[in-house]
This record gives sequence, C-alpha cells and structure tokens, in this order.
Amino acid sequence: MASDLTTSTTTPAPATGGSSEPSVIRAVESARARSNFWQVVGILPVLLLIGVLFSLLTPNFLTSNNLINVARQASINTVLAAGMTFVILTGGIDLSVGSILGVSAVIALQVSLMPSLAWTILPLTLLAGLLLGSLTGATVAYVGLPPFIVTLGTYTALRGVAYLLANGTTIINNDLSFAWIGNGRLGPIPWLVIIALITILVSGFILRRTVLGVRIYAVGGNAQAARLTGIRVERVLVFVYGVSGLLAALAGLMSASRLYSANGKLGEGYELDAIAAVILGGTSFTGGIGTISGTLLGALVIATLNNGLTLMNVSFFWQLVVKGLVIVVAVTIDKLRTRSST
Amino acid sequence: MVALASNDASQPEAPALEMRGIEKSFPGVKALRGVDLNVRSGEVHALMGENGAGKSTLMKVLAGAYRADKGEVRVNGRPLTLGDPAASRRSGVTLIYQEISLAPNLSVAENIFLGEEISRGGIVDRAAMRKRAGEVLETLGTSFGPEVQASRLSIAEQQQVEIARALHRKSRVLIMDEPTAALSDRETERLFSLIRKLREEGLAIVYISHRMAEVYALADRVSVLRDGGYVGTLERSELSAERLIQMMVGRPLGEFYRHERHKAGSEVLEVKNVSDTRGKVRNVSLTLHAGEIVGLAGLVGAGRTELARLIFGADRIASGSVLIEGNELRARSPLGAIRTGIGYVPEDRKQLGLFLEMSASENITMNVLDRESVGASMLRPKRLRQLTLQAIKDFAIRVASPAAKALGLSGGNQQKLLVARWVEIHPKVLLLDEPTRGVDIGAKSEIYRLVGELAAKGVAVLFISSELPEVIGISDRVLVMREGNLMGELRGGEGQDAITQENIMAFATGAASSPA
Repeated sequence: MASDLTTSTTTPAPATGGSSEPSVIRAVESARARSNFWQVVGILPVLLLIGVLFSLLTPNFLTSNNLINVARQASINTVLAAGMTFVILTGGIDLSVGSILGVSAVIALQVSLMPSLAWTILPLTLLAGLLLGSLTGATVAYVGLPPFIVTLGTYTALRGVAYLLANGTTIINNDLSFAWIGNGRLGPIPWLVIIALITILVSGFILRRTVLGVRIYAVGGNAQAARLTGIRVERVLVFVYGVSGLLAALAGLMSASRLYSANGKLGEGYELDAIAAVILGGTSFTGGIGTISGTLLGALVIATLNNGLTLMNVSFFWQLVVKGLVIVVAVTIDKLRTRSST
Repeated sequence: MVALASNDASQPEAPALEMRGIEKSFPGVKALRGVDLNVRSGEVHALMGENGAGKSTLMKVLAGAYRADKGEVRVNGRPLTLGDPAASRRSGVTLIYQEISLAPNLSVAENIFLGEEISRGGIVDRAAMRKRAGEVLETLGTSFGPEVQASRLSIAEQQQVEIARALHRKSRVLIMDEPTAALSDRETERLFSLIRKLREEGLAIVYISHRMAEVYALADRVSVLRDGGYVGTLERSELSAERLIQMMVGRPLGEFYRHERHKAGSEVLEVKNVSDTRGKVRNVSLTLHAGEIVGLAGLVGAGRTELARLIFGADRIASGSVLIEGNELRARSPLGAIRTGIGYVPEDRKQLGLFLEMSASENITMNVLDRESVGASMLRPKRLRQLTLQAIKDFAIRVASPAAKALGLSGGNQQKLLVARWVEIHPKVLLLDEPTRGVDIGAKSEIYRLVGELAAKGVAVLFISSELPEVIGISDRVLVMREGNLMGELRGGEGQDAITQENIMAFATGAASSPA
C-alpha cells in the first residue's frame, strides 16, 4: 500500500470517455521510449564502468591483445548463456549445461582417438548435446516436473556419465582434428569469439524474427494463455532445452579443443556462470522478459571482471567474492532502474 | 467506549466533508480538474464514474496520499493540510482500500492498534488492547473476537476489522472503495446493514461503486465524476439508471444494447450430449447458427465456463461430441478448435488471455502468426504492424502504439485486444466468457457493438454472462444452465418463452425446467 502512494502507479490509462487526449498519448509514448531505452541499454553502463576502472587501475587492461583475450574468455560462457537464455525465457532453468559440456567434450576426445571417425566428431558431439537437452525438455514438458528438479537430476547423472566415458582419467590428444576451434584465428579474431558471436546472432534472430521466438516469450509470459491460443507449449519447451543442450555441446567442443584434452570434471560450475550472465543481462527469472544482447553483455561483464582482477593480481578467492557481489549489486541497480522508469 | 456521537442525521450543519476545486495533474495528464464534493454527517454518499474518471485519485487526495495542486478540503469545517496522510488520519478521515491491508500474522486486536499500540513502560499492554478491541468489535456485531489471527478471517471479516480500526481512531469520514468487489451476496448484505448502522451513528460515508444496484440500496446522494471533472450530484429521489449512465458516459445511451435481432443462418456448431470428467457439465446439447448471438446464463458455478472450455478443446470431454458444420471435431485441443474456426475469449483476462509483458501487436496477432509469416516461421514485421493498426482502428483500442505493452492498457482496452485476437482467425464460432467483466461502461457498449457486428458478418456467438440485463439486451436467444445441466432455452416469444429476468432466474434457480 505504502509504495503506491509515491509515483509508480500514477500513469493513467488513456481510456476515459470519448476523445483520447494527445497529451496523454505523448506521455505514455515517452514513458515507453524511456523504458525501452533502459531495456536496450541494459547493464552496458555497468560494463563500461568496470572497463574504465580497470583501465585506470592496471595499464595492461586496455590493450587490443587483452581485449581480444577478454572476448575469448567470455566466448564459452556466452555460448552456454545463449542456450540458458532460451530456457529462462520460458520460465525454466537448466542446471545440466556444465555436465553436458563435460560429457560432450569427453565424447569428442574419445572419438578423436579413432582417426577413421574423425569427420563424425562435430556432428556426433552436437547431436549428443541436442539429444540430451531434448530429453530433459521432454521430461519437463510431458511429465510436468519442475525444470529445477529435472535438470538437477541430469546435472548429477551426466557428470557421472562424463567421468565414466573418460574412465576417470584425462584424455589427451595433441593431434586434434578440430583444434582450430580453440586455437585458430580468422585474421586477428579467435574462432572461439567468432563462434560465440554467430551463436548470439542466430539466437537473436530466432528470438526476434521468427514465430517460434514470439512463442517462446509467450510461453514464458503466460503458459496457460499460450495453450489457449493454440501454441503447443510442450514442443516449445523441448525446443528450448534442446537448444540449451546443443549449445552446451558446442561449448564442450570449444573447451576440449582449446585444451587438447577432456576429463570428467570439465565444465563443473559453468552452469552458474551461464545463469549469472543471463540474469545480469536483465532476463527475468520468471520468464517472458529478456534479450540475447543482454546476455552477451552479462557474459562480458563476468569475463571482464575475471580478466581485470587477474591482471591486478587479486587472489582467486577474492575474485569470487567480488564477482558474487557485482552480480547482486548489478541486478539490484537494474531492478531499481526499471522500476522507476516503467 | 467508542465515541460515536449520535448526531441527529436529519439536521446537517457544517458538512462533514467539503472538497472544493480540487485539481491534480500528473505528468501529461490532468487527473482532476476542479472537483467539488460535499458529504454530510449521517449520509451515504455514492461516488460513481467510469474507470479512470478520477474517483480513486480524489480519494487519495483526501487520504493525504496525493498532494492536490489546487483546491481545499474541510473536515467538519476545519481545513485539512493536504498531502499529509497523518493529518488526514488525525482529522478523522479513513480510506478503506479495495485491497485489504491487514497484517496477516497479527491478531485482530493488534491490527486494530497497529502503529499506535497501547504500552506501559515500553511493553505492549495486550490485555488493554484486547479489551478495547473487543468493545469496538461488539458495536459492529462481528462474529469473531479480538484474539483471532487476521489471516484466518474471510475478506468480509477483514473488512470489518478495517472498519473497526477506523472507529477506534474515531473516524468521522469513512471512504470505501468498491468494498463489495470480493464479497458474496450474504456478506454484501451484512456489510450494507453495518454501513446503515454507521450512518445512523452519524458517520459520513463515501461509497465508491460501479454497481447500480448497490447505489440504489444504500446511497442518500450520488455524485458523478467524468474525465477528472465533477459532473453533478443527484438526490436519492432523482436517481435513475439512465440518468446516471448518461452522466457517467456523457451521452445518452439510446443504443446501449443491440436491439435488432438477427436472422439465424445455417447451423454451424452442434454440441451433442457432452459431459466432462468432473461432473461440472452433464449431458449438454446445443446448436449455434451463423449470425446469431446466443446468451448463456446461469448462476456462478453452473458450468458455463466449463462447457465453453469443452467446446474449445481446452479440457477433456468424457462423453458426447462437438460438430462444426456437420463434421465431428476430432483433434480435441485448442489448436484443433482454432483450426476449425472456434475462438474462445476466456473469463480471466489476465490469467488465461493476455501476455501482459508483450506488445499490443503480439497480443493481437498471436493466433495468426503461422498464417501471416513466411513459411509459417519467419515473421513479417510490416505485415503484423499493418494488421495491428487495422485492428486498433476497427476495435477502437486506445493504445499509444502497436509496440506498447498490454500491461499498461485499461481493462476495457485489454478486453478489446483479446476480442481482436480472436477475430483475426476469422472464426465461425466465437465463445465469449464474461467479456464485459471489470470493464467500464463506455468499453462495455463498444464490446456490445463489436459483438453485434461480428454476428452481422455471420459469426455464431455464444455470450456467457452473469449480468442479466446484458444477456437480455444482446442475445437473440438465451440458454440457461444450472448445476451442469442445460435447463432450458428462451427464444424470445411471449409468456414463458420471453427473454426476461424472471424466466432466466426460474431456470437458473431450478424453479422451472424444460426438456432440452
């Protein structure tokens, strides 16, 4: 009660009587433009602020080499977070992406040891991720279990599978056929970065330019209403978890190729960084609101923090503390800002 | 004791409440443009107006929640400092909001004394609070005591606690904003007798309501606001529904309902012996013809919504069949229904209909994205924008732009958004479930007009409504349900077949039945 005494609820509906006054419409439109502006800009100010701080604090931060480094460090998390964005937009969560990353990296390395099958590595690995994700999605959609619980299960089980496939050891292959992914460059730009950017562009295209994209937002915004408009909610859910699995497998290929190796532990905890990037990017945890560009910014914030703090020789332990606090503070600022502008 | 000085209500001196020339602007809008309001001690003064007319703003000015730009307020002759909630409360003005604001985990007594607990040396004196709270509750004649936890009370009882709190604070002016919105009929009746009692005690009561019947039952005088302006005040003796509506809408309502009957075309929908799995719909059969509006009346819980959901494929049918143009509907899902040309506007707009965070455009075109996209998958933004602008125009939806969120629209415009969505599929059958619930009177009349136009274009409309005048006004014939059964049909002839409140209620209450 006390909160609506202030300013938030005062935007009047322009619906009284006959003629709607242009002044009302102008006010509503400018309010809308304002909120759009903030939604588009998102946490860009936070990213810039962190960037400026590091530039002032350490001379090595603002060099083209280091910025490319930041982008490369952000790339794997960006790919995971893109998949996570699809899932969170439907109001779900996917805790299993780190484990799927591990499984697919191990699969890729195991297959790479059989030279005759080398050409199957990429399709096979991606297919495995797609399949695992789709199965998760089907369980969520058709059995109706909460995504948190389903993916908590797959998170644990697939981690075990990753160890099993790796026989509990680290598989190394110094002659990796897809090593270009993790180590090659196109001109000055690492392939990792290019892959991450393509992922963002394709995801953005699906979300903004396709019928499926609209339906993803619809399912996240109001699943019951979505069903009553003839949207096959179950299929949408299978799709988003499938995408998440597919992109986790892609991230697995990226990790494995960068390291020329994989083990059962690879990707542990990555799901949390992915979730953090999505949330930092302004996507609502309850679904229906969010953008892929926000997710990209979120991933860049996390990578910039890691990079800058390392350059400043801050210990890993302190890095964790700072990262955690930045997430909470950034999301708090975002919340306050959007509340006052809508 | 509770100080209820019993004035002689028939001899008002200085008005208990006097508001003069109240103006209030918000960025871009003038919400109040010089409103006057006089309320006497010992009267119930109804305040009416469409949604957005300024009633709530005016009352928030009075309660000190908003600071008025201009104007003065006197309570019992004494000027009130505006924009100060504490000053308003001290002056004896209490506003009871639509949403009850009790602390659910505290007792009734603690709620009544919230913020002004009786304490002795810093320790809360619960016994004293209980005793005094008990006295206040007794004067109200409540069925619960001061120790009960607030969360255990019904909404009606929580309202009584709010009233008790107001009496305890010796309020002389009580403002109630749509107090019956969430009450049952019996609870409403009890609230009314309580309000009458408070009136006899000499309180001034401002009663905000949309419901004509309540205003008739309670009000001594009625003031009407429109577009932030003061339209006028009617004495009880001058009250008439037409006059009030005209004051609220600002124009005579000659064509409020659609009166001309349509000639029914060929049979479009046939429902044969349909039952659901939960016993809410039992063996119902009906037919709809192209171009007719069929009202579906009945008491709350009669199974009307459930029937509509069965026809639409939203719930599972236990037995029976649904035929559209003679062909049985086999794909029993909303998607199947939509593809054969059945549309359904659900009763609960926000829960089941709208995508509040999405744009008006997305809300309107959601059902036809397949049809309007390249290869049923790539959006054509220009085409969608064009469709949206056309719908906004056709349905007179007041929205800033196609990109505006549905969240920001008024109830009536949200409803029109939904109707527009379903018209986009070019339906053969449109099921409308309480399409005018919670929308103001201007939007209502526009929805009636739209429904009439749709029927004129050959759409078969099933119009579910709990408002009898509306059902009677708009329907070509009326079906009545009771406890899951279709009780009868009124075709609009003479005598027992006439579409009248009495005939509908006879079926709805089970006093009459005819073989369906």
